[in-house]
Amino acid sequence: MELLDNYENEAELVFDSVSRNEGFARMVAAVFTAQINPTIEELNDVKTAVSEAVTNCIIHGYPNIKGKIKMTLRLKKRQLEVTIEDEGVGIVDIEKAMEPLYTTRPDMERSGMGFAFMEAFMNDLKVESEPGHGTKVFLRKIFSDNPDSE
Amino acid sequence: MGTETGFTWLKEKEEAGAQLCVRSGILIIQMHADLDHHNALWIREQADKMIERQNVKHILFDFTGVEFMDSSGIGVIMGRYKKVIFTGGKAAVCNVGSAVDRIMRMSGLYKIIEKYDNLEEALKGLC
Ligand SMILES: Nc1ncnc2c1ncn2[C@@H]1O[C@H](COP(=O)(O)OP(=O)(O)OP(=O)(O)O)[C@@H](O)[C@H]1O
Ligand SMILES: [Mg+2]
Repeated sequence: MELLDNYENEAELVFDSVSRNEGFARMVAAVFTAQINPTIEELNDVKTAVSEAVTNCIIHGYPNIKGKIKMTLRLKKRQLEVTIEDEGVGIVDIEKAMEPLYTTRPDMERSGMGFAFMEAFMNDLKVESEPGHGTKVFLRKIFSDNPDSE
Repeated sequence: MGTETGFTWLKEKEEAGAQLCVRSGILIIQMHADLDHHNALWIREQADKMIERQNVKHILFDFTGVEFMDSSGIGVIMGRYKKVIFTGGKAAVCNVGSAVDRIMRMSGLYKIIEKYDNLEEALKGLC
């Protein structure tokens, strides 16, 4: 996935892997995205994808420790790029992990829908991971043209 | 808002993620915050305590005022469903807004969980 160059606005946020920050992260992403005046549905798409990626860092990336999560948001015209990364345990088989309904934590009532939702609600999804080093999720969304925006 | 101390607190008291009660064998879980992993942990704990201690046959999730749910919500609903199904119980949802409905439809949840328009209909349907 190509990263946006010449982006017009970028924000970076680093926060602890505690569950309270799930709501915090998706609100930040929503407020940042609001500046391009998306539809309510598009905004919900972004919130869901961010929530899934951040929750994954907390549950899977740092199962027993508190670590740092970094979220980067970039806007260029009507495109948003989000990267969410942890320095946790990493993923051994990324392809398998991305299959719908695949989960390594059924004991924690996970259903294996996280990546499926990220894929469905965003235009692009890419995952990079190295066992023992962490995971980085790239998400991109292209927004519909809003006739009322300048 | 509390004015006794001269301070005006942002929230009157620490908000709970949901209100739970048992009515004629139905555990009603009324949520009023985003249903994410953070709130799912709290709801799961409270719900399981009530399932253990009280006579719970069916479970009803009331989504009035819930504007957001992610995969964690699916987990918490499925998990409670599995607790009652063995004793012939059912799980249901009601007052589901469009954003939450989309997540439920995509996950295939409605294949095993009934959806009702409102609380009244749900209580009628489950009894
Ligand atoms: N940041 C991460 N670090 C380590 N492993 C991860 C990470 N994100 C995902 N995974 C792995 O990928 C699997 C699939 O993730 P996905 O979000 O699709 O499902 P889930 O988290 O298991 O369940 P759900 O999202 O439905 O609650 C996880 O079970 C986990 O093994
Ligand atoms: Mg997940």
